[in-house]
Amino acid sequence: MFFVANRQTIFALIGFLALAAVGALGFWGLRFGIEFTGGTIVEVAYEERPDKEFLEERIQSASIEELGGFSLRASGDAGYILRTRDVSEAEYQALKGALAVPNAGFEEERRATVGPTIGEELRNKAFVAIGVVVLLIIFYVAFAFRNVRNDEDGEEDTTGVSSWTYGLVAIFVLIHDLLIPLGLFAFLGVFVGAEVDVLIVMALLTILGYSVNDTIVIFDRVRENLLKNREDRVEESFADTVGHSLSQTYARSINTSLTTLFVVGSLLVFGGSTTTYFALTLATGVLAGTYSSLALAAPLLVAVEERQRKKRESVSS
Amino acid sequence: MNLTVYRAWSVIILLLAGFLGWSLYSAQVSPDSESQFKFGLDLVGGSHLVYEADTSAFASSTNRAQAAEAMAALRDVIETRTNLFGVSEPLVQVERASALANTDTPDRLIVELPGVTDLEEAVKMIGATPQLEFKLVAEVEGTSTEPVYEDTGLTGRYLKRARLEFSSTQGMQAGFANEPLVMVDFNAEGKELFAEITRNNVNRQLAIFLDGDLKSDPVIREAITGGTAVISGNFTAEEGRELVRNLNIGALPVPIELASTQTVGATLGKDILDKGVKAGVIGLGLVLAFMLIWYRVPGVVAALALIVYVIMMLSIFMYIPVTVTAAGIAGFLLSIGMAVDANVLIFERFKEELRNGASYEDAVQKGFKRAWAPIRDGNFTSLISAIILFWFGTSIVQGFALVFGLGILASMITAVLVTRTFLVALSGVADKSPSLLQGGFKK
Repeated sequence: MFFVANRQTIFALIGFLALAAVGALGFWGLRFGIEFTGGTIVEVAYEERPDKEFLEERIQSASIEELGGFSLRASGDAGYILRTRDVSEAEYQALKGALAVPNAGFEEERRATVGPTIGEELRNKAFVAIGVVVLLIIFYVAFAFRNVRNDEDGEEDTTGVSSWTYGLVAIFVLIHDLLIPLGLFAFLGVFVGAEVDVLIVMALLTILGYSVNDTIVIFDRVRENLLKNREDRVEESFADTVGHSLSQTYARSINTSLTTLFVVGSLLVFGGSTTTYFALTLATGVLAGTYSSLALAAPLLVAVEERQRKKRESVSS
Repeated sequence: MNLTVYRAWSVIILLLAGFLGWSLYSAQVSPDSESQFKFGLDLVGGSHLVYEADTSAFASSTNRAQAAEAMAALRDVIETRTNLFGVSEPLVQVERASALANTDTPDRLIVELPGVTDLEEAVKMIGATPQLEFKLVAEVEGTSTEPVYEDTGLTGRYLKRARLEFSSTQGMQAGFANEPLVMVDFNAEGKELFAEITRNNVNRQLAIFLDGDLKSDPVIREAITGGTAVISGNFTAEEGRELVRNLNIGALPVPIELASTQTVGATLGKDILDKGVKAGVIGLGLVLAFMLIWYRVPGVVAALALIVYVIMMLSIFMYIPVTVTAAGIAGFLLSIGMAVDANVLIFERFKEELRNGASYEDAVQKGFKRAWAPIRDGNFTSLISAIILFWFGTSIVQGFALVFGLGILASMITAVLVTRTFLVALSGVADKSPSLLQGGFKK
């Protein structure tokens, strides 16, 4: 199988992508939405978009005490999104007065204010949620693959790798699948002001479930083929077994990713503005999840097995 | 089970789905139908407010139960206020600081007001806390013009009921005729306190304050033992009615502070909904087309199973009902893409078995048996994600998690029960014209 045979090159390619994502995250960092940082966000629409400098001046001259920095970005057909620190209701009315340019067909489309404590709490919760999902998945995979080696006869079975390795490899792949969309967000945050909000965290958690699903289907095939070989007393290298398993599952992997991409793609293209970045995160995650289970998860199993086998052989010799 | 049973079930499933689909459709075309989808604030427009309640008075752990009681009372007061405001289906709920979270996270009150986009008005209405106080005007030595007031301890806390009356001309000085009067009936404790204050302070002025404003300061003529005080002056009949209403609703049992707000205009919400539906229809169309082109006749089976799945989910949304939000629509779309996964797994296995020379029936049976483990394991991990998301839960996230979790379960059911039933039911046909069913599966 191509992916197993060329794993060195593929690891290098994937590693490069992952490094680029880490670099983007380290260099630019993520732009968090007000749900996580606290603050006020207002989306307004006009019939004709007023000048940005003009609006900024109006906001400045609204003279709200300690308003500090704010960001004004064009949005929609002729609107703006204004982001500030969390303002009180009275302060907001002053801001609204500044935004309501006379004769410009001003309309407030949506707004949200989040206090700093709620933001911090949600941020912690998001980290905990992702951590808990990752942990549960390791345990589940290790549990589901607990009989992958046949130790029942008391003799140590050294075919392939241990059940924990499956879990750990699945997690390694998961981390990669999260890194890619996060890296993209660091990039988008700088260039188009994309923010990581609660919807994005939801998308990331969904990717966790999806990606592992994809990986598990392949691992499951490896497990089945190992069992079959044991029953039929076929001697086959672990690399070959994994290679066969991959050829047997790639059609399904690609088909499922395609159908998922169809719906996520149409959400990205035709869906409302609130779910654009959500759909983009999912699309990126699904793509990353697909190539990583085929080109990273399975070949990694082989690489780990090879290393363990060599170690064992050098010890016994 | 023999073939006839499978065929009967296939017909039943199709009829049932058809019936559900028809009732969903007819509910949508007739706007006055009772069953309608329930849409979230982000789709219909409205305000979402989060208040933090200061329950520090109940800080010690033994008082947690009392804090819970106070929060429930707070909820009731706020709910009454939102109802009076004329909001249709307001949602007021308490979010208790959970045992898992930090101990310093405050108790919260979440208020959802569909259709209310004037946040300023809403906040004012919810935050209105009428405070009624009775104070004695102190006898000040000298010629100070500023009167000094002494607290009497008598406040709105002792209020039993407030009512509006209009003074009659009889027994009243001229000029006060038809003036709105707010009658305040005290409870037993208040009655006693009021009697005591009036008895000890005859000929002094008793000032009545509302929200810190002096309303009137009548002179006490004699001890009042009936337990009813009269507030008069400086308000119109309309203001009097409002005052009575606010006094009866009572002060908030716990001080609250606005922690976060969210408002979505109705036009934006409508736009998001329309676009979400459009994206859903196109996405579903693409998936169906793909299944038909790639798997041919079995693809028809998968397409039917997917349609059954969509109808099943929409029925759940409508009849449970599940509040549909933008995130919920996204979760549902995602689940459509993933629902096919189980079918794809089964078909790929089925194809393999056929390729290995199995008969149609054998291939169906083995395909299902072999595909079950990955379907189960894969969906289980997705279910873990959904459960954690639900726990993570602000209301937006929970909407998504619920839809996503239900979707995973429903897709497993349709794949394993519906697809299988259809495929087995078709086996007689497959024997007669094998090329038909295996069209997409060239050996």
